[in-house]
Amino acid sequence: MRIEIINGRIIDPANNIDQQGSLYIEQDKIASLFVAPDDFVADTLIDAQGQIVCPGFIDLSARLREPGQSYKGTIKSETKAAASAGFTSLCVPPDSRPVIDNVEVVELLKDKAEKQGYPQVYPVAALTQKLAGSELSSLYALKKAGCIAVSQANHPIQDLLVLRRAMEYAATHDLLLMFCPQESSLSKGGCAHEGTMASRYGLPSIPYAAETIALMQCIELIEQTECRVHFRGISCARSVTLIAKAKTAGLAITADVAMHQLHLTDADMLPYDSAYHVLPPLRSQQDKEALLEGVRLGIIDSICSDHQPHDVDAKLGAFPETEAGMSALETTLPLMMRLVEQNYLSLTLAIAKLTCEPAKILGLQAGSLAAGSMADICIFDPKKMWEINEASWQSQGCNTPFWLEMMQAKVTHTIQAGKVIYKEL
Amino acid sequence: MREVENLQLNEQGQLQHFLSIEGLDKALLTEILDTAESFADIATQNVKKVPLLRGKTIVNLFFENSTRTRATFELAATRLSADILSMNIATSATSKGESLLDTIHNIEAMQVDMFVVRHSLSGAAHFIAQHVAPHVSVINAGDGQHEHPTQAMLDMFTIRRVKKQFTGLRVAIVGDILHSRVARSQIQALNTLGAEEVRVIAPKTLLPTDVESLGVSVYYDMAAGLKDVDVVIMLRLQKERMSSALLPSESEYFKCYGLSADKLKLADKNAVVMHPGPINRGVEISSKVADGAQSLILQQVSNGIAVRMAVLSMTMQNRRGQV
Repeated sequence: MRIEIINGRIIDPANNIDQQGSLYIEQDKIASLFVAPDDFVADTLIDAQGQIVCPGFIDLSARLREPGQSYKGTIKSETKAAASAGFTSLCVPPDSRPVIDNVEVVELLKDKAEKQGYPQVYPVAALTQKLAGSELSSLYALKKAGCIAVSQANHPIQDLLVLRRAMEYAATHDLLLMFCPQESSLSKGGCAHEGTMASRYGLPSIPYAAETIALMQCIELIEQTECRVHFRGISCARSVTLIAKAKTAGLAITADVAMHQLHLTDADMLPYDSAYHVLPPLRSQQDKEALLEGVRLGIIDSICSDHQPHDVDAKLGAFPETEAGMSALETTLPLMMRLVEQNYLSLTLAIAKLTCEPAKILGLQAGSLAAGSMADICIFDPKKMWEINEASWQSQGCNTPFWLEMMQAKVTHTIQAGKVIYKEL
Repeated sequence: MREVENLQLNEQGQLQHFLSIEGLDKALLTEILDTAESFADIATQNVKKVPLLRGKTIVNLFFENSTRTRATFELAATRLSADILSMNIATSATSKGESLLDTIHNIEAMQVDMFVVRHSLSGAAHFIAQHVAPHVSVINAGDGQHEHPTQAMLDMFTIRRVKKQFTGLRVAIVGDILHSRVARSQIQALNTLGAEEVRVIAPKTLLPTDVESLGVSVYYDMAAGLKDVDVVIMLRLQKERMSSALLPSESEYFKCYGLSADKLKLADKNAVVMHPGPINRGVEISSKVADGAQSLILQQVSNGIAVRMAVLSMTMQNRRGQV
């Protein structure tokens, strides 16, 4: 199969390319840029006039809800949604049911995902069995089975000795730890940022310290264990400062932020609207600005969808009893383009945060358009307006606070390993 | 949180649900107080009943225990000639399977006209009001740590009867502000009705973050906080505050924040003392003060019926127009 993409604006941050031209795909690889390889005859021609051609997006955390919660989402529904939103690689956190703590679950996940033929799915192994925080999972076997990293998802290890040993063992097998910093004794029962809004609405709240204390503890343990750590989903200004300091001191850590944290604050929440219930909670305006600055300066390496589809019932109730999380794959690109429109990020940097940067964090051969790279490509129309509604939405979870909003920027084609996995009708 | 369409008001700006003091203006709060005033005499009459809500069904839906609030709502409904059904639904029953919404829809199917709801979660009354049929009104009888608006209105009623007006009044609210839905409603009501100053007096462990943003001045020292105040509102201290490391002991709490006769002398000489009840004698208030001449605690309870009659009749009338 040979594909020729013509007339597009090719942006490849990994190789400092931003140029109008053609891109040539042969089999599963990129054959060349701008100049056709000898004797190249395309089977498929894609005219990307007025569109941007960039590497396929790589997401560091997308819950597919399968196995175990197919009433919220399935591998089929969520990978299809991902493909329609320009993603070619997804990291799946271990908190499915059962937990990704054994090879069988990994194989089930990979098998099912491969059958769908949508984006590449990378399971993240549970650091401890059942995520219970006491006994280690068989990390070597899980790595061999295809897990790209290890994590406790939102189930922090309470015992620091267990965390230390788990980090040492992960380091032994050169596994990346994706760490969601959260001190549960400070966050327990909380559902909103500890600030003016929570006080006014009487909502159980979560202070900054719940995040920063866990972050500091982990940083101290990194020094001792030499474990590779990526901080997943930080939410406050103080965390940005702490990470910057650790990086300056030479610690090889990385961090990401969920896209919604760069757009919403606790002041944006509609009274008791569960669509805004996320963990960590939406923080203050000052935090949002610090996170944006952190992204701009590279203190925060990547932006993540933190996709968490839910069934209607999970979000139907009094705010504190509803489940946290947004369905977010499909809003990632338009929200990224808003940051570009608002001049927070250049287009190249914004694309980097969704492509080569997460690839670098994961040590993945992806996120690049260099000749010989895997042909994982996203083509999108940066001007196209569309409304989020039942007709346009692919994810099984409709839990987004942006429901019925107009969005700008739409994916027209997603190509994964040389195959067109999504084409706009 | 962003301001949106006020769920509490109908298209004419009249009260159709009573969920929070926040979002209601001075004129509306005054209307509630005036309406309550017109009901206050009924209790002293031979026949303690008016036919305003004859044929209407009100359901007291208490997901959390309560004696006095439930009883005064029952009496208020009875005196308005409504039929009232009180249901105690332990929160554990809902966690066993039936969701909050299913419970509501099931009872709604019994052709009821109004829910009076108490729930342990903030926002529960708001959530129910968003999902009931268009002709059903919802009254918040306390939601989590959010608001308890009828309690605040009966307190305002009690204050107005004694002090005549809110202008120039200094009010101190003492105790567990953090966990108190009553305090949140009182602060909103006092500020809306034009009190001169609302103070909160408590240790840091019992104050919410940025409490000043609610429109209060903060005192950690009771002597300083009580100086020259016209109204002292004491809040109930729950026993579990000691086991969760918010306070060392009841006796230390009483020493710092309990209202004794001596401390009360620091307030204005005509100051009145209030408490939403039930009171813990010797913990937040001494018996001498609770039973003393300056105490309005029992008047608050009696006034509760008139105020709740006002709220029930106003919301029901305004909701009826929409059917």
